[in-house]
Amino acid sequence: MSTNVIMPQMGESIFEGTITKWLKKPGEKVERDEPLFEISTDKVDAEIPSPAAGVLKEIKVSEGQTVPIQTVVGVIDADGAGAATVAPAPAKPQAKEEPMHLGEPTKAEMAKPAPPAPAPRPAPVAAAGASAPPQRPGTEKVRSSPLVRRLARENSIDLTQVPGTGAGGRVSKRDILSAIEGGGARGQQAPASASRPAAVPPPAAGASQARLGEQAHAAFESAVPRERMYFGNYSVEPMSVMRQKIAEHMVLSKRVSPHVYSIDEADVTGLVKLRNQKKDEFERTTGSKLTFMPFFIRAAVEGLRAFPTVNSSVDGTNIVYHRECNIGIAVALDWGLIVPVVKNAEEKNFLGLQRAINDLAERARSKRLKPEEVQEGTFSITNPGVFGGLMGLPVISQPNVAILGLGTIEKRPVVVDDAIAIRSMVYLTLSYDHRVVDGAIAHQFMGKIKHFLENWTESIL
Amino acid sequence: MMAHDKACWVVDLGLIQYGPAFDLQRRLVAARKAAAVPDVLLLCEHPHVITLGRNGHQENLLASSHLLRQMGVEFHATNRGGDITYHGPGQIVGYPILNLAAIRRDVAWYVRQLEEAMIRATAEFGIEAGRKAGLTGVWVDVSSDGVNGQASEKLAAIGVHLSRWVTSHGFAYNVSTDLRYFDLIVPCGIPDKRATSLERLLGHAVSREEVAPRIVGHLGEIFGREMQFVSRETLEEVLQEHETPVAHAGV
Repeated sequence: MSTNVIMPQMGESIFEGTITKWLKKPGEKVERDEPLFEISTDKVDAEIPSPAAGVLKEIKVSEGQTVPIQTVVGVIDADGAGAATVAPAPAKPQAKEEPMHLGEPTKAEMAKPAPPAPAPRPAPVAAAGASAPPQRPGTEKVRSSPLVRRLARENSIDLTQVPGTGAGGRVSKRDILSAIEGGGARGQQAPASASRPAAVPPPAAGASQARLGEQAHAAFESAVPRERMYFGNYSVEPMSVMRQKIAEHMVLSKRVSPHVYSIDEADVTGLVKLRNQKKDEFERTTGSKLTFMPFFIRAAVEGLRAFPTVNSSVDGTNIVYHRECNIGIAVALDWGLIVPVVKNAEEKNFLGLQRAINDLAERARSKRLKPEEVQEGTFSITNPGVFGGLMGLPVISQPNVAILGLGTIEKRPVVVDDAIAIRSMVYLTLSYDHRVVDGAIAHQFMGKIKHFLENWTESIL
Repeated sequence: MMAHDKACWVVDLGLIQYGPAFDLQRRLVAARKAAAVPDVLLLCEHPHVITLGRNGHQENLLASSHLLRQMGVEFHATNRGGDITYHGPGQIVGYPILNLAAIRRDVAWYVRQLEEAMIRATAEFGIEAGRKAGLTGVWVDVSSDGVNGQASEKLAAIGVHLSRWVTSHGFAYNVSTDLRYFDLIVPCGIPDKRATSLERLLGHAVSREEVAPRIVGHLGEIFGREMQFVSRETLEEVLQEHETPVAHAGV
């Protein structure tokens, strides 16, 4: 004899749950009332005891999946026989069309007495005539959760036209998602037999969306309806927290700061020569590799000193002029991007800058940065050139008002004294916040940097 | 033989490390399921510790284990709901071990009531705290500090575990917490959700002792329990009495 294990209802306003962990594997024995799986809703984790003694025969809903309450999530075989099977991988969640099978009420239904029988499934609608609106017992009012109502609103779906398969004829999240996918009850009943194999997967950002609040919400808006993103073969992965933070920051920055871009180029033939001459000696005597970054930081500091507006932040109608030049350096990581800050770059000599950069980059890659080391930047530099980019037009790292982009350093034919010469050139780009930085300032700032790089006089050792 | 069924013992553990407090909770949950103890509210303060919920993301921890050690911050993965959080001195940590089956079988309701008790306690200090949809916890709207516009800061966090309707874990309310420690769990240093404390909101010092009784009072009112302060010794005695004869029963 088999006993269905169902997703219990953990509260009146709770209509779905996420399985976080199966405590038993298929084929394993389980005692009645022994914890069988764990679920999470809101900020609550709960262990759910087994409704019966026997062998866990089948896991129908795997870890990480969210299903409506009363969904059969597994089967326990009291005889201990039968081959154990596992649900398909979560890549195709909610593909099964049997969420509402109401087995015998079991102990797992800790929450309440069994809810009223669900409304007829959409399938019988076809028999009854495709245009017939679904029956919903009793009340006219559509019962649904706030999430479902929001989804309906955002997708202009008429909830009364969506067949509710949830408890008591409730329109569940799955119902609304398939309505959205099917072009939905935007007036017409969704076709009874959708040809699509899988419902739209639960939004990967769903949980985090809720978590991040209004402001960040913008970062996870979609420009097109979600159903237009899921086609052909695909897999869905949730963003890491860092990726979400980056997304939020970029959206916010672009929204708050009107970006303007200026491009210049510098002849760094002298610097390339200098570096080639000195790099072995530099590494021998200091233990640090000699890179081009300290040259650019030094040049940027000169520019910032001459044009303090570029080294500012905007607070409402005030401009905060920073006295320190704290230069954020964008460091690409395998798992994202971080901008550690070289503090007081204006006080550091060349070697000090080189050491600070090497140290920060190394610790950024090994996740050993301290929180204060990614804060209080006043200006930033990014280097798409290391990946061969001719130039890049970066997004301003807030609360800065400008960011310098470095292109790749390469030999190019250029005109020098009316002759064509081969020189090492680099494109410099500046993205700046036009609320406070005007083009005139930006180009003079860039001119200063260019001049400093092209007429390098400082010793590097 | 026990106190009558509406009783809730309140036990102040004082400053206690996370591990021992967690063990005590586990024993209490087992005892509560066996009805060997009434509902219990543990109150305590932890030395610096970062805890990660069952569904938490390790990458939300910014600091390396080395840095945490250097700063004297413990790290625990634990079985409550919610993500990562910090506990430390100046915080009121409450672990209600309640049999929800006897109160109301509704975890969402339960979490909202925890919030409610803290919101009411906060109001007694003239601070209006509230909820944010989808963001469990107690929040306070703070005025704009720059380009970000209106911002909300988190005054108290909630994470709950439930086993056969017996609750464990609970809430952490920042009275005079050193908020810098929350930076250890904010990746990228990009400000988003910030933590705040009652002390910071008030602009003057306030002690845990002024706040805790108010939260206790409101919890009692909301859950319809009679709150009785009981010493840790008494609790230990009752627990041991329960545990000794059935040495290997339970979890």
